[in-house]
Amino acid sequence: MPLIEIISLNKIYDKTKVPVHALKDINLTIEKGEFVAIVGPSGSGKTTLLNMIGGLDSPTNGKVLINGINISKIKSDELIDFRLKNIGFVFQSFNLIPVLTAKENVEFIMLLQGVTKSEREKRTIELLNAVGLGDKIDSRPYELSGGQQQRVAVARAIASHPSFVLADEPTANLDSTSAEGLLDIMKELNQKLGMTFIFATHDNKVIRRVRRVITLEDGKIKSDVFQN
Amino acid sequence: MKLYLVLAWRNIWRNKRRTILAALSVIFAIVLAIFTRAMQHGSYDYMIDSAVRMYTGYLQIHGKGYWEERSLENSIEIDDEFLKQIEAIRFVEIAVPRLESYLLVSSKEITKVANVVSTDPEKENQMTKLQQKITSGKYLSQNDEGLLIGEGLARMLNVKVGDSLILYGQGIYGTTVATMSPVIGIIKFAIPDLNNSFIYLPLIYGQKLFSMENRITTISIMITNPKQISYVLNEIRKIVNDNYNIMTWEEMMPELVQGIQLDSVSGLIMLFILYLVITFGIFGTIMMMTAERTKEFGVLLAIGVNRSKLVLITTLEAIFISFIGALTGLIVSYPLVLYFHKNPIRFSGELAEISLKFGVEPIIPLSNESGIFVAQTLVVLLIALLSSLYPINYIRKLKPIEAIRL
Ligand SMILES: Nc1ncnc2c1ncn2[C@@H]1O[C@H](COP(=O)(O)OP(=O)(O)OP(=O)(O)O)[C@@H](O)[C@H]1O
Ligand SMILES: [Mg+2]
Repeated sequence: MPLIEIISLNKIYDKTKVPVHALKDINLTIEKGEFVAIVGPSGSGKTTLLNMIGGLDSPTNGKVLINGINISKIKSDELIDFRLKNIGFVFQSFNLIPVLTAKENVEFIMLLQGVTKSEREKRTIELLNAVGLGDKIDSRPYELSGGQQQRVAVARAIASHPSFVLADEPTANLDSTSAEGLLDIMKELNQKLGMTFIFATHDNKVIRRVRRVITLEDGKIKSDVFQN
Repeated sequence: MKLYLVLAWRNIWRNKRRTILAALSVIFAIVLAIFTRAMQHGSYDYMIDSAVRMYTGYLQIHGKGYWEERSLENSIEIDDEFLKQIEAIRFVEIAVPRLESYLLVSSKEITKVANVVSTDPEKENQMTKLQQKITSGKYLSQNDEGLLIGEGLARMLNVKVGDSLILYGQGIYGTTVATMSPVIGIIKFAIPDLNNSFIYLPLIYGQKLFSMENRITTISIMITNPKQISYVLNEIRKIVNDNYNIMTWEEMMPELVQGIQLDSVSGLIMLFILYLVITFGIFGTIMMMTAERTKEFGVLLAIGVNRSKLVLITTLEAIFISFIGALTGLIVSYPLVLYFHKNPIRFSGELAEISLKFGVEPIIPLSNESGIFVAQTLVVLLIALLSSLYPINYIRKLKPIEAIRL
């Protein structure tokens, strides 16, 4: 069973004056352990597709199956729980709770999952070390650079042991060195732990590193290429 | 749970100045609310105490039917033992036995109707400070066979200390009362009605005149703690039988009760305005705190923090802010109220003069009733909880993608 299976997915935003057909008949399969980028010009539907996969928005028609489960059939409140258990998110900005330290931000999600205290501590320290922030565990977000904040966000995203991580423009607000650093870390997590990452991005630095590039244009898949 | 508390606590300090301002508005309003409420209740208590001390007492015991018919046939027979029993009840300060009736009083040329009160001089003085009202002559002692007369009545009858008056009227069961009695002292009441109609006799002498040895019409009871009136009432009920009727000051002085109720309403309007201040303080802050975190809430919803957890956090925030205010307010107002409870506020001017005329000191002792503090704190908690309905509704409607896109 593929990790993610998208079947005849359509999304029409119809609350606007002119309805926008943002995704047109998308069929796509993503396997466990992939490191994928969804690319395409602005407005092509990258974020929309990511939101569909992440269960943040519901398709107009078609299906999104995650581990064989049709997520549009899940009720809204249970969907929050589904996301908690299955999906890690990294957004472009404002990922972290500003009043919590790096450590607490990472722990928070595990606390919600009911992970025991000792296990939480262990994973948090491990992950913050893995993203190179072993010395920043007690820093608040405002004491961290944008790149460091994104690394905490990555640590948080995978702390909950999700099935995959969705990252929408995770490098958009970063300078190139920070972006490279962040990507190195995600690549490593992908290779070592087999964690699946799905990016939506314009960033060539990201595109260069991924194994597979799915290009959208005007809501349709224009190409789907595996690379090294 | 600890994390939520920490989170809520740190959240409210994200904007220190705003939180302090909100807390200050709560502190200000709660101190004012407690103070005005304590002043109001204190003045009522004092008013009631002054009023009942003037004559009626907090409680009265009568023979059945006396209050309605005012007839000597409804009098009751008592002994010292009975009075002692009543005075032994906890919170009872004193029980004054009285024999009340009307008689005609005549000097040489003039006749008037007088309200004749035969009473135990010592106890009467303890309760109503009657002796202080003497303007000439002296006060009664237990075995005197003479009378005290209101200044107004004395003037109308044109008598002074040493003169004699003829008392004439009906005693019990149609007997006739007729006697000559010397004026021992003249008393001055602030209230003209009393001044123009009251005559006091020593109880023993009165009972002899009316041929009513050991009988009285009324026992007036003062209590040390008015809050315990129902306890005292119950204890008295245990002692007396069905031929007795016990009345509270509220039943005897319904106008006073009404006056207080009316005044209390105006006080409540003031309180309501203060609650509005508190509400704006808390609600405004909560609203701003919620609105400016829309994006954060969106991210949290996206990563899997469910709405009830967000609601818990925002509710805790509202409670924290209000309780910082409420607790500080309590800490500030408690000693304040206690001080003015022990050292009553003294007022002056016209009102003070009127008050003095009625023999009432022009003071407002603040009530230190704990109920006032508890009630105000509960109200603030209620406002906090109501205020947190705003974020609850806001969070309920929040869609994560829309929030994140902002
Ligand atoms: N909530 C919405 N309501 C209406 N139209 C929307 C909404 N979200 C997206 N769209 C429209 O859907 C289309 C796809 O938008 P989407 O955000 O997925 O593009 P994108 O590829 O992520 O672009 P970008 O690279 O600029 O982030 C666009 O035409 C956009 O205007
Ligand atoms: Mg986008």
